[in-house]
Amino acid sequence: MWPMTPATQRSISDEIAQLHAAAEPGETRTRLDFAPYRSSTLRHPTKQPLAVDPEEVELAAPVFGQSDVDPIEADLTLHPQGEPIGERMVVTGRVLDADGRPVRGQLVEIWQANAAGRYVHKRDQHPAPLDPHFHGAGRCLTDDEGRYRFTTVKPGPYPWRNHDNAWRPAHIHFSLFGREFTQRLVTQMYFPGDPLFPLDPIFQSITDEQARRRLIATYDHDVTTHEWATGYSWDIVLTGSHATPMEEDDHA
Amino acid sequence: MREQGRSTPTPGQTVGPFFHYALPYDDGPRLAPPGAAGTIRLHGTVYDGAGAPVPDALLEIRQADAAGRIPRTEGSLRRDGRFTGWGRAATDAAGRYAFTTVEPAPTRDGAAAYFAVTVFARGLLDRVFTRIYIPGPALDGDPLLTALPEERRGTLVAMRDSNGGLRHDIRLQGDGETVFLTFPGHDG
Ligand SMILES: [Fe+2]
Repeated sequence: MWPMTPATQRSISDEIAQLHAAAEPGETRTRLDFAPYRSSTLRHPTKQPLAVDPEEVELAAPVFGQSDVDPIEADLTLHPQGEPIGERMVVTGRVLDADGRPVRGQLVEIWQANAAGRYVHKRDQHPAPLDPHFHGAGRCLTDDEGRYRFTTVKPGPYPWRNHDNAWRPAHIHFSLFGREFTQRLVTQMYFPGDPLFPLDPIFQSITDEQARRRLIATYDHDVTTHEWATGYSWDIVLTGSHATPMEEDDHA
Repeated sequence: MREQGRSTPTPGQTVGPFFHYALPYDDGPRLAPPGAAGTIRLHGTVYDGAGAPVPDALLEIRQADAAGRIPRTEGSLRRDGRFTGWGRAATDAAGRYAFTTVEPAPTRDGAAAYFAVTVFARGLLDRVFTRIYIPGPALDGDPLLTALPEERRGTLVAMRDSNGGLRHDIRLQGDGETVFLTFPGHDG
């Protein structure tokens, strides 16, 4: 995929270190232009985005409901022929807006590799086993407190072709909606203490350490269940909504 | 700086290369049934900075209906004939996307009508927002378009195709780079 001799991890890590050293502290957004992630080179906009006030259609998130999502879709370990291999885990948390208000009844979608680090995707060439009992995609609606909850198995780390001997830290992809179209978020949730964090140009494309930490779930023994599954907590904060609280209460 | 009392939003991360078995679904691009009266195709190609098509992008649109009303109706994931005003389409191997929908009308008298759009792709580290405007005289009064230099305005306006549909390409970078948008509170 990368036409020249692949970069070494050492040179990628050097590039990351230089970009971080030059970054302003408190830059909490993900950089679109982050060359250590090679695929971003030709795919990041080079012009400053145009600042606009959202209009009616941008103030209205799509609406999802019971007719869209079956509650069993929140359990990725359910399979008619048997159970997936791996560490069974629960991940749960709240979807909030920047003012701390819960995002209620809204769609959360996730997808992930299996315990061996392999995706059910034709383009995934990692020579690790597919699990016949694990598909790796789920969805749910948040409850009245903005809470989501999935049962799954812990994904494995996996190699990719960004540079020589490149490995992604284990992660679960999350897709989130808010009350407004402008609050749309797709991100990745990571696991505490992963040794691959400093090496990963996607995780490190957030230059501020505090901001990066917002993507790491917490091991939560109160979520862990006796003789069944380990538990992780992870709250997600969307951008602020633009409507006034009063307008929103009318729609609640 | 953020306003007092506001939390910092969770940062985005790329949708990556492996979203296809999780996010797109057959009825995602079919906001309205193909062939039904009043439906159009909204279609185009997503390009990178070298002018190459992007075969692993995902677009989402939000829109008003043909009367300018914004539906607040569930059912986008399991469509049952209700118009929900939201759709999702992945690009194909040639970087093309296509929606079947109705043409949105303005939500206010005299305003320009557009599709609100979010773009995701492998290699795009966070989602980007843009608009696809319906061509017509109402564009001349649109505050966003008139604030743009002439040469960039066209990157937000669809072209009418020979079937009465709308064609609109998205260029992530370089010559004719699409105008992307940021909303208040998005700069962290
Ligand atoms: Fe991944």
